[in-house]
Amino acid sequence: MSKLEIKSPLPGTFYRKPSPDAASFKEDGAAVTEKETIGLIEVMKSFHEISAGVAGANITFLVDDAEPVIAGQVLAEVEA
Amino acid sequence: MTIRSILIANRGEIAVRIIRAAKALGIRTVQVHSAADADMLAVKLADEAVDIGPPAAAKSYLNVEKIIEAAKAAGVDAIHPGYGFLSENAEFARAVVDAGMIFIGPSADAISLLGDKVAARSVAAKAGVPTVPGSDGRVDDIALARAIIEETGFPAMIKAAAGGGGRGIRIVDTMEDFERQFPQAAAEAKAAFGDGGLYIEKVITKARHVEVQVLGDGENAVHCFERECSLQRRRQKVWEEAPSCRLPDDIRKALCESAVALVKSVGYKGAGTVEYLYDEDVGEFYFIEVNTRIQVEHPVTEMVTGIDLVQEMIRVAGGERLSVTQGDIALSGHAIECRINAEDSAKGFMPAPGTVTKLVEPEGAGIRFDTFLYEGYTVPPFYDSLLGKLIVHAENREDCLKKLKTALSGLKIEGLVTTIPLHLALCRDDAVAKGAFHTRFLEPWLETHFNPQTSSPAKVYEEASS
Repeated sequence: MSKLEIKSPLPGTFYRKPSPDAASFKEDGAAVTEKETIGLIEVMKSFHEISAGVAGANITFLVDDAEPVIAGQVLAEVEA
Repeated sequence: MTIRSILIANRGEIAVRIIRAAKALGIRTVQVHSAADADMLAVKLADEAVDIGPPAAAKSYLNVEKIIEAAKAAGVDAIHPGYGFLSENAEFARAVVDAGMIFIGPSADAISLLGDKVAARSVAAKAGVPTVPGSDGRVDDIALARAIIEETGFPAMIKAAAGGGGRGIRIVDTMEDFERQFPQAAAEAKAAFGDGGLYIEKVITKARHVEVQVLGDGENAVHCFERECSLQRRRQKVWEEAPSCRLPDDIRKALCESAVALVKSVGYKGAGTVEYLYDEDVGEFYFIEVNTRIQVEHPVTEMVTGIDLVQEMIRVAGGERLSVTQGDIALSGHAIECRINAEDSAKGFMPAPGTVTKLVEPEGAGIRFDTFLYEGYTVPPFYDSLLGKLIVHAENREDCLKKLKTALSGLKIEGLVTTIPLHLALCRDDAVAKGAFHTRFLEPWLETHFNPQTSSPAKVYEEASS
């Protein structure tokens, strides 16, 4: 079993939820498929969906909700 | 009271612009900034700088308490809010005054009156300014709404009284459509804005966006002619001009005088903009809203009138009378402004922040570049994508377009992707050369006349922004 990284393609602010009152796209420990959305990046007032890009189990987020990130930063890891 | 020191409660190019105006008046400047903006140009230019919090605007540039605290600690006489952020926030204007300082802008009461779309519309109507045909204020009753819409015709807009920035608007094409949408719109407005109030306006399908710059000192008010801002993408202005080249002289006169009448009726103090839709086919103009602040596109007005609007705002806030009378203000030549954004037009205008590796600004008579960039500066991703504004002034519009083409070609911003190619393409377009455009011109034009590859890696859905 290896760990796969999900990196942010953009710099900006990372959100784990579609809106402040909504549930997280993915809870810690959930499994994800390649096309599933794991969060949003807000860059210069526009929002971009971030898909996992990899499939795996037991997702671990390394960035909190509403935290600034740089391009290439690892947002989460999954087990594959 | 004379203003000897000001705090700038903003960032980016407008903060630089305000500092330059203050310095010209011999005023001490204090620049607030978020943790992400410690190395921005305005911080370097100001006499003092204060860190007011984390990158998120809600925790820094929108944090009223922090800004007032910084202003008190720095002992400034006044606060300039720039545009966006807290510039049209009546609570902020009131907090500044309550803390014993001057808010550089109109009174909190004027901001809240003119900021309420329904109230502003009735102020306009009372001052004799034509408004878009529709309901006279809120309509809560569907039967009354039906009667109004029979009068105005279709398409019509159902708008939330508490909405704004393009949010809370539904367009209906038939009575059936209207019957279905009206109750939904009320429920949605209640949920989204906590206020289910609606009003109705006719849709002007091919309108120009024309706006009048006004200045007031609380007693007297003048206009500095109009700007044409019809080239918009997603309701954001892209390119602005002064004057509006296809506006007949008699209409220009009526339009500008109506804006002065409106702001005079509320004893307006400061710089403001009265926005209109102009229906070229029938030669009618209609009031839309008042912006109670300096606007992004103010430089085109400065170029054609020779008035420094930001200096004038500061002087008037300090208690001086307007330095000009209406008779002193004359139009000279033509000016165009291009908003240069950090956006990739080949990827659906995706924002593209980054580091400026090389910057070459065009120079020459009638060329101005308002920016906060410098070589080595990293544009942070947390704020809007405006990098600068290229403004060109010439004797007439034809020469202005020629000069703009040269200036755009001479502007080199390396290290990040910008919208310079879009502006160059607009410069070469025949319809743009003729001034034959309206508010819905640019988006279809981008599809048919502009040639970027369309491969956005992420689905973009933009927030309704200021």
